[in-house]
Order: sequence, then C-alpha cells, then structure tokens
Amino acid sequence: MSKLLLDIKNLRLSFFTPAGEVKAINDISLQMNEGDVLGIVGESGSGKSVTAYSIMGLVPFPGRIIDGTIDFNGHRINDMTEAELRQIRGNEVSIIFQDPMTSLNPVYTIGNQIREVILLHTDMNKEQANKRALELLTLVGINEPEKRLKQYPHELSGGMRQRVMIAIALACEPKLLIADEPTTALDVTIQAQIMELMMELKEKINMSIIMITHDLGIVANMCEKIVVMYGGKIVEAGTSDEIFYNPKHEYTKGLLRSIPKINAKKHEKLIPIEGTPVDMLNPPAGCPFAPRCDKCMKICLREMPEFTQVSESHKCACWLLQKEAFLASAGGEG
Amino acid sequence: MTVKNKPSISFHMDVSDFLPAEESEKQSVDIMRESVSFWKGGFQRLVRNKLAMASLTVIILVMILSFIVPAFYPYSYEQQIRGSENLNIMEYSEAELARIEAGEKVFPHILGTDSLGRDMAIRIMMGSRISLLVGIVASAIILFIGSTYGAIAGYFGGKVDLIMMRIVDAIYTIPDILIIILLSVTLKHPLKSLAENVPGFSWIDTVGVGLISIFIVFSLLYWVGMARIVRGQILSLKEQEFVTAAKALGASHTRIIKDHLLTNCIGTLIVTTTLQIPSSIFTESFLSFLGLGVNAPMPSLGSLAAQAIGGMKSYPHRLLAPAIAISLIILSFNLLGDGLRDAFDPRLKN
Repeated sequence: MSKLLLDIKNLRLSFFTPAGEVKAINDISLQMNEGDVLGIVGESGSGKSVTAYSIMGLVPFPGRIIDGTIDFNGHRINDMTEAELRQIRGNEVSIIFQDPMTSLNPVYTIGNQIREVILLHTDMNKEQANKRALELLTLVGINEPEKRLKQYPHELSGGMRQRVMIAIALACEPKLLIADEPTTALDVTIQAQIMELMMELKEKINMSIIMITHDLGIVANMCEKIVVMYGGKIVEAGTSDEIFYNPKHEYTKGLLRSIPKINAKKHEKLIPIEGTPVDMLNPPAGCPFAPRCDKCMKICLREMPEFTQVSESHKCACWLLQKEAFLASAGGEG
Repeated sequence: MTVKNKPSISFHMDVSDFLPAEESEKQSVDIMRESVSFWKGGFQRLVRNKLAMASLTVIILVMILSFIVPAFYPYSYEQQIRGSENLNIMEYSEAELARIEAGEKVFPHILGTDSLGRDMAIRIMMGSRISLLVGIVASAIILFIGSTYGAIAGYFGGKVDLIMMRIVDAIYTIPDILIIILLSVTLKHPLKSLAENVPGFSWIDTVGVGLISIFIVFSLLYWVGMARIVRGQILSLKEQEFVTAAKALGASHTRIIKDHLLTNCIGTLIVTTTLQIPSSIFTESFLSFLGLGVNAPMPSLGSLAAQAIGGMKSYPHRLLAPAIAISLIILSFNLLGDGLRDAFDPRLKN
C-alpha cells in the first residue's frame, strides 16, 4: 500500500476582483498516492491550473483560499508561511509551465538557470551544481549538454526549452511534479517525446505527476487516475479505463465525443459541446454544466448533485445517476 | 515565345555521389554554431557601431586628459604665476620670455592664463575631472536608489506601489533648483563641522564639501525619474512566466527582484544611466556657474565658464574652452548611451 502524498479536502478558492467574487474552485476534494499519475481534465477556466497553483501555495493575487485544507507530504500548505513554502517549492514539488518560450529568463544561460535551483535547495557548491546540471541535461535527452549549458534560451527550440524546464523541475528530485499543459505549445511529434520522457523519468526517480490538460489523448496513455473538472467543481473522477470506457457524466461524454476519430468517415463532422462555459462571477446554484447539458432536468438547475459512487474508484456528480438510483429504489419498493 | 520548362542547369554527377554517406561525413554537417556570450555578443555589436566607438574614444581621451595628464603637467591648477596674468593663447609673459632667452625651457600656456595667472589648460583638465566625477558618481547613486526603489514598488504592486509612487510624485513636484540651492547652502556648514570634528569623516575635506552636497542633492532628488522608468519595466516584466517559474522553484522576493527582474531591465538601466551622466554633469556645471558648486580654487567646467563671462570680449577662448569641453562630454555620453542600448538589450537580439 503506497503512502498518501496529496490530500485536498473541500477546497474553495475565490478571486476577489473589482467585478465581484469569482469562485474559481468550488468545493473540490482529491487524493493522490505516492507514485500516482493523476490527470486533471477540463476546458479553459474550469479551475485546473488554479488547483495546481494552490498546491504550491502560489495562488495569484487577488485569489484567496477561503475554505478547505491542502496536505502535501506532511505539510499543511494553507498554514505555511512564505518562507516555509519557498523551502518546498522546487524541492519537494515542482511545476512545468505551459509555454516554454516564456518560462525561461531570457538574460541567463541555461546552465545558470539550472544551477540556480540546485544552489538554492542543496548544499552543493558551484562545481558540483554544474556537474549535476550536466547530468540533468543528459537525462532529459539534450544533445551536446556541455555546449547547451552556455547557451541562452533564445538559441534553443521550443521542445529543447521544455526539456530544459523539465530538467530544472527535476533538479532536486521532487516528490510531485505538476505539469500544467506541458505540451500545448509544442508540435505533435515533440509532444509525444516530452510525454514519453516524463514517464521515463517518473520511473527513474519515483515521483508522482499531476498532469493538467484539456487533451484527453494525452491523459489516456499516461494517467492511472483522471479527474474531470467543470466550472470549478469535480464532476467525475475515476481510473482512466472507467473514464474512457464507461463515462457517466454528460460533460465527460461530450468531451469524448468531441475527439477526432481516426476511423471516421470522410466528411464526418466533429461534435462540439454546445454553449459557452459558465460565468464564474455568477455560478448557477445547480450543476454548472446544466445550461449546456442535453439531458438537463429541472432539479439540475436548482441543486448541485452529490457524488454517486459508480465503483470503488469511480465517482460522478450527476442527477441522472441519482435519478437511476431513485427509480431503482422506487421500483424496488413499488 | 514560350519555351517549355527545362532544367536550365545540367549537373555533373557520377556514380559515387549516390553511395551512402559515412557517419563521419554526416557529423561534419551537424556542427553547432559557436555560442556567443551575452557580453561578447554585445561588445561585438558595440564595436560595429562607429558613432558609439567615436564617442567612447572621446570619453577615454577626456578621461586620460583629466585624470592622468594633470599629474605630469608642469603647472598645477591652483598655482598663480606672478606676472603671467591674462595671457592669451600660447603667449609668454615677460619673465618667461627672459627665461627662454636664458636658454631655459618653459612649457607654453596652451590656453593662456586667467586673471590670477593660473594656467587655463590645466584648470580645464581639472574642471573636466570634477565634472566627470560628479557625473559618474551621481549617476551611480541615482542608479542604485532609483532602480531599487522602482523595482520594489513595481514588484510588490498594490498599496506598496501606490504609496511609494505618490512619494515619487511629491518629490517631482518640488521645484528642484530651489531645493538644490537651499540644500547646498545649508549643507555646507554641517558637512564642514562633520569633517573637522568627527574622526573618520576627514575624507569629506579632501573630496570637497561642495561636491558632497551636490551628491546629496542628486541622491535626494534625481532618482525619481529612474525609479519611474524601472517601475514601468518591472510592472510588465513581473507578469512574465519566468517570474512565476522562479517563484515555483522557491526563489525569494529579493532574489526575483535582483536576479530576474533587474537583469532583464539591463538595457534600460545602462541607457538611462549613461544618459543620466551628461544630465548630472550639466546640472553640476549649472550649479557651479551660479556659484553653488565646488569651492574655489577647485575649478569645474561651470565655474570656469562663469569666471570667463567678465572678460568675454577680450578673451573669448576662456569661455569657449570649458563650453566646448562640456558639450563634447555630454554629446559623447549621449551617443555612447544609445550605442550601448542597441548593443546590450538582449530582447533586441532576436
């Protein structure tokens, strides 16, 4: 039995903007064990990235955690001071950002930037750090690492830069790596390479990965568990088999339908999910997906459904499942 | 008339061209371009800029003249030569002519002498030394205070920014000439007594009370422009992803400001500072012209010009020489500043 690494309980997080309170995360709970690969899927603005940032204590201004707890590897993240947080950032938990083009400081060499974290979190001297940086670049599969160390970010391609970002993230062998849409800015062949690299490295240093993406294709191969988010809420969670072969929530089904199929007929159109995401300034009282849902019922607009356990690992928050259960029990009685 | 498309060049090929390529041959194509370091690349671009190089030469020349030559010059700036008052360019006094007749060698007064018999050439060299010193030291002070203040205000934003920038606005509204005059008058006596009474402060006397009060004035008033420029830069820079990345890696605020934000402003900092130098020199000259700068007999370009006003018609070169020196120094620094910006801004490189 592996150890519990991350435990988020009833997290609520809001941005207090001049226009009002934006409820970016609305009561989510999730657990993760050591060595797990967790995928968080959802469209733009569903709260994926904010969840990830909050794990590092990096909620951008004017955001604030209003309720709930985040426990990571024995630390209570919400109670930690800035100085304590600095100790674990980059050391126990690292993050890879979406856009490798802007995540590296343009005025420093690659070597300088890798060394920075190493020097910050370990007792290594400059020479040892340099050696370690060289090791890391080799590890992430960059050719001629000695030369690359002395190069500036603008001299590298996007894929190379993302590899460098991964090298920086892995410098202190973190327990948890958060990958925030790590391949969105890269082309498809590089995407596959980067994903493969991450999985390889995961085996090597035994870390856990949280993979944030809106690309279901990516999480399908990589993740054991998938969490589907919509409108700041978790709508469905389960193993990747359960999510892909037995989706329960209408949103998940819609997402799966909208993936281009390789065996599609010649002029078959993609099926999009109609409508626009919820306005987070005035979230609906009921299920956030209700206005876009084909099978929306009266109760969906009024109240948020509870989770229904489909199986031990699979849960889904949808009134349709409650309805089935209700009818089944009613039928059983009557 | 149209001709059918035919290959216009005929290739001379032979069978060996189609053999598989050797591994070593492949590698020869794969050689990477030599990486050029930030400073090396910037320096190369600077060297290619003729105007900037010319200005740099002028600045170095002025520096040699003002810092090294006076040590070997036969006259000193405060030495009054009796009988040699009010000499014209390359003119000798009667006493000196007599010495030349006697076979002695007398160094000529290249720019003549002033009404007290002091050699003008050495006085202008010393004046340039003071002007350069003021320009560089004051700009360094301004750079330090302005960039730190602006970076803190920009980085923390919100209320911190609001309060800090209102202070800057308040300083901006103070009529600076008035403050300069008041400060340099009032500071003179406290500084003098500090130099005389408190041990460890005697260096004030060697530097000169006037100079110190000029530095204090500069560091009190003139950093605000720099602070605003830096703040503006930081405001846009701090939104960049690499700042978040640095935070996510556990970098402290100080580290982010110092290593990630200010270094990214380096182009702006370099150009603003090099442009600040001439403006400091100008202000110093202006103050000395009004009689508020350095103490006599120490000359500065401004006070030399002021003294020359009286005899402007008879001895125009006494006014022209310091004026030309000021213009040359200011122009050179301005052009060099532009050249440096073009050469060292890493974001212009792509």
